[in-house]
Amino acid sequence: MENFSQIESDILSKIKNINDRKSYESIKTEIFGKKGIITELFKKIGSLDQSQRKDFASKLNSLKTKATELLENKLENFDQSEINKKLKNEKIDVTLPGRTYFTGKIHPVSQVIDEVTSIFSEIGFSVEEGPDVENEYYNFSALNTPENHPARDMHDTFYLSNSKDLLLRTHTSPVQIRTMLKSKPPFKIIAPGRTYRHDSDQTHSPMFHQLEGLHIDKNINMGHLKGCLYYFVKKFFEVEKVKIRFRPSHFPFTEPSAEVDIGYKIQDGKIKIGEGDKWLEILGCGMVHPQVLKNVKVNPKQYQGYAFGVGIDRLAMLKYGINDLRAFFESDIRWLEFYGFDPLDVPTNYRGLSR
Amino acid sequence: MITSLSWLKNHLETKANLNQVAERLTEIGLEVENIKSSNENLDNFIVCKVVKSQKHPNADKLKLCDVDIGSGALVKVVCGAQNARDGLFAVYAPPGAVIPKTNMKLKIAKIRGIESHGMLCSGYELDESSDKEGIIELNKKEKNIGEKYFKNTGEKTMDIAITPNRPDCLGVRGIARDLASSGLGRLKKQPLIKINQKFKNPVKVSIRKEKGQGCAIFGSVYIRNVQNKESPDWLKKRIISLGLKPVSAIVDATNYVMFDLNRPLHAYDADKINQEIIVRNSKKGESFEALDNKKYTLENNMCAITDKSGVLGLGGIIGGTRSGTEISTKNILLESAYFFPSSTRKTSKILNIDTDAKFRFERGIDPDSIKLGLELGMCMILDMCGGEASKFSIVGKLKDERKMIDLEPEKFSKVIGFTITSVEIKKILTSLGCSLKTNGKKMKVLPPTWRPDIKEDIDLIEELTRIKGYDKVPLISPEKENVKDTLNYRQKLFHFAQRSVASKGYTEAVTWSFTDSKTNVLFSELKSEIKLSNPISTDLDVLRSSLYSNLIIGAKKNIHRNFEDLMLFEIGPVFKGNKPGEQLTMIGAIKTGKYSRKNWIEKERNFDVFDIKNDALRTLNEIGIDSSKITVSNKSKKWYHPGRSGLLSLGSESGLELAYFGEIHPSIIKKLDLKADNILGFEIFLENVPESRKKIREAKPQFAVSDYQKVIRDFAFVIDEKYSSGEIINFVKKIDKDLIKNVKIFDVYQGENITPGKKSIAFSVTLEPKDKTLEEKDIDEISKKIISTVQEITGATLRT
Repeated sequence: MENFSQIESDILSKIKNINDRKSYESIKTEIFGKKGIITELFKKIGSLDQSQRKDFASKLNSLKTKATELLENKLENFDQSEINKKLKNEKIDVTLPGRTYFTGKIHPVSQVIDEVTSIFSEIGFSVEEGPDVENEYYNFSALNTPENHPARDMHDTFYLSNSKDLLLRTHTSPVQIRTMLKSKPPFKIIAPGRTYRHDSDQTHSPMFHQLEGLHIDKNINMGHLKGCLYYFVKKFFEVEKVKIRFRPSHFPFTEPSAEVDIGYKIQDGKIKIGEGDKWLEILGCGMVHPQVLKNVKVNPKQYQGYAFGVGIDRLAMLKYGINDLRAFFESDIRWLEFYGFDPLDVPTNYRGLSR
Repeated sequence: MITSLSWLKNHLETKANLNQVAERLTEIGLEVENIKSSNENLDNFIVCKVVKSQKHPNADKLKLCDVDIGSGALVKVVCGAQNARDGLFAVYAPPGAVIPKTNMKLKIAKIRGIESHGMLCSGYELDESSDKEGIIELNKKEKNIGEKYFKNTGEKTMDIAITPNRPDCLGVRGIARDLASSGLGRLKKQPLIKINQKFKNPVKVSIRKEKGQGCAIFGSVYIRNVQNKESPDWLKKRIISLGLKPVSAIVDATNYVMFDLNRPLHAYDADKINQEIIVRNSKKGESFEALDNKKYTLENNMCAITDKSGVLGLGGIIGGTRSGTEISTKNILLESAYFFPSSTRKTSKILNIDTDAKFRFERGIDPDSIKLGLELGMCMILDMCGGEASKFSIVGKLKDERKMIDLEPEKFSKVIGFTITSVEIKKILTSLGCSLKTNGKKMKVLPPTWRPDIKEDIDLIEELTRIKGYDKVPLISPEKENVKDTLNYRQKLFHFAQRSVASKGYTEAVTWSFTDSKTNVLFSELKSEIKLSNPISTDLDVLRSSLYSNLIIGAKKNIHRNFEDLMLFEIGPVFKGNKPGEQLTMIGAIKTGKYSRKNWIEKERNFDVFDIKNDALRTLNEIGIDSSKITVSNKSKKWYHPGRSGLLSLGSESGLELAYFGEIHPSIIKKLDLKADNILGFEIFLENVPESRKKIREAKPQFAVSDYQKVIRDFAFVIDEKYSSGEIINFVKKIDKDLIKNVKIFDVYQGENITPGKKSIAFSVTLEPKDKTLEEKDIDEISKKIISTVQEITGATLRT
């Protein structure tokens, strides 16, 4: 078979010259078809000498392998060039805007309530709630603020009846009373919620939000109150160090009572909490007055503890640099979107309160 | 309460300066709110130097000066004085300053076309001389530039916030006592007063014994032959520093004593009193003209100071013009009395009168200060106006209701967290005016008469803590232990639902709990609205019975600002009644405008009912209610479009209402004048969401999936239009609950080729066999069943 190499080079050059799918098919048939060159050669093997047979078969097999491989490569090249050709025509302007989607926002008051709840959750407080409409007893009398007490002047009250026995709660403190009446000590609760006062200017709005705190147990003293609030302020403002001042004050339902100031300074037109030599009042607190405990059938000889109340809107203003309280409640979409929070941004201890 | 360091020093021996005093006051609970110069205006006037003076380009007689006021840049001032010249030191007044002589407030003004920033002052303008001609020429040096021209321009005053429990600190002496107790000085003794009081008070005074008598003690002194006049300067200054107007020596003296000792006094022109003074309950309809020049008509049982002709004044609140003192007054009756706090407060509330005296009596005046007040008032008046004083007449008495308080030092440490020695206790309480008896470890304490707020041991503990300093209270770190879950099921639901709605693109609003009754009524089914007795404004006059009213009012404002594509929601209370607890927690959400507007990739379309239905349904799903448990029906409320709204209820149509959704009624949109095609909304009743007793992991069945191929078959019927898709899905599902996994409507058509009153509806049914592969005959069988059932129930025909 002196012409085998000639046959081989013929076949390979045929494959090499394939330039489209059609010639591919015909060349493939020419080589591997029923009467194809290689098929015919294989048929010849039987007629050869024993001495030649082995060598020929081996050569033929390697030719078959080689040809098959080359054909496959050709086919792959066609696929590839067709895809490439297609890709050339499939260019789009990805800078065009995509389809409509909507993102909502969480109101700063809600976000701050969640932040504060997360902080107090860490130190064992649970959440209680009370009604927005209260009667005179829960809002004032039970809290040691009898009628005709000048302390009532500090609460401009909305009334729902001319007899003034039904009103919108002026603070969240009635939740203390409700909580203690329905259960037995110890108590360790916070109560966020809406509160109402008949007052409206840039720093007062007829509705605002408070968070009440109450911790009653056998040995809870003023040091615990201080520790708790110090912890809270530090966590809330997310600062390492914070300057806090407890200043004696008066609330009928706590004794001793204190107002808590935090140190701040104005830097580059922004408020910076925890530094500086200015003071800002942020909350009121004190040791629960024994009379209040008596009013809710808790024995003040056995139990004592502290309560505090903090303005949530004010906390939000301080932490997030919001100036006008009234804007909180005006539903201006521009304001809500600017100061609002992503709904996925749930304040937690482990992920951090705020991003 | 306003006071100054010099006034405090009348009662307090101290070396502390104003800032130290102010700081200490705040530390012991008498918060200094601000410190002001009593004449801050004078601080504006500054020593300056005229650096360059030239002729005003547009006026011959004016000069244009560059003035150095020590602030860096030179200031341009137009000046008419001939002596304004280069290098002259003068007095500069900036814009905002008030010229003492003319009381004119300076402004930046253009004078003949050139702006003048302030002025250079003449002696006349500063009220120092009559020289109007030229500006003041000072003999100063460069280093003086920028200094204040007026030295010591009046003393600084502190404004102190006095809490309602501390009437004693509504007088300077009370404040001084607290400062002394805190270690900032020594309280001076009140000087002894020796006046020759020879004659008997000629005005008879009686307090009528009546139920609810508001006056306990009435002390008075008669001073004859006085010569009323303007007060001396020192007194006028003090009266002005309090923010009051000097009236006359007699009136100023009574005011002075009130602020000095927290001891209100009242001076009557004795010659105007008809015979005698009777303190009695008023009768309804009696009236008098008070010193505020208003006429008051009294109710029954107000504490009236009267004479034979009628009411002279209201005890402890305000005097009347009929017996008021004047410059010509010759004889006076000076009153120092005790009126009960509750009676004073009640009367002043009814008549809406607020005076410095009322403010003090309602908080509690020292009943032991009657004589002291008379003495000091009398002395001042005799000093200033001359005359002779009668003996004091003091009628009535007040039972001393102070009780001995048992105080145990251990209780202090138990409540406050640090210990205090008996010696310290004694020292502090004594300095505050308490008397102490010690019996072993126990102490018995009698509070002073001027501290009506001290009634029990906790009051004493507060005093001790306050004076020791709140900074001494230790800081005990909180324990990080949880006994109870932070949130209960409802609270968790609230927080979850809130973020669930927001995640669908709604922006959370927080709006008032009250709203405009005119809007509220459109969204309310209450028989009567819940009115506020004293609304803050007429458009916030009722408690809201729906979240829609405020949301839509808010949306309207945004739409008017051209923010027309909006999604807003609120989660919070709505009210069913005016009693505590008659409220529900709801979610209200609205969307208005277009889903997509002028969009290159999407067809522009308005938001529609199916957007809002999806939002409501998905929220319910996310808070834990499976779609299979929710029934959709066309029940609705009056504020929705009757044909484009529905109810999502639990289980069946008549189950608990979970949410309403739909288009807001077109007539409401019209009535509220909203510039919107449509407003869609949903309301979720959070209280109706059932509390699942099981955690999700417990409620889930075993994980089981079929190994056999699922099969999907499509069907199309022409059916009476009264059948809703929901009904059709329901009865198809029921045909074989095990096999039929899902029924999905994919086409609804009415119009050409369909008989009016009918609709074509196409749905696909997913079959999921559990135990074998479905063969063609199985599929045929169930298909036939589906067709025959739909036909039997509805009379539908299969569409070909």
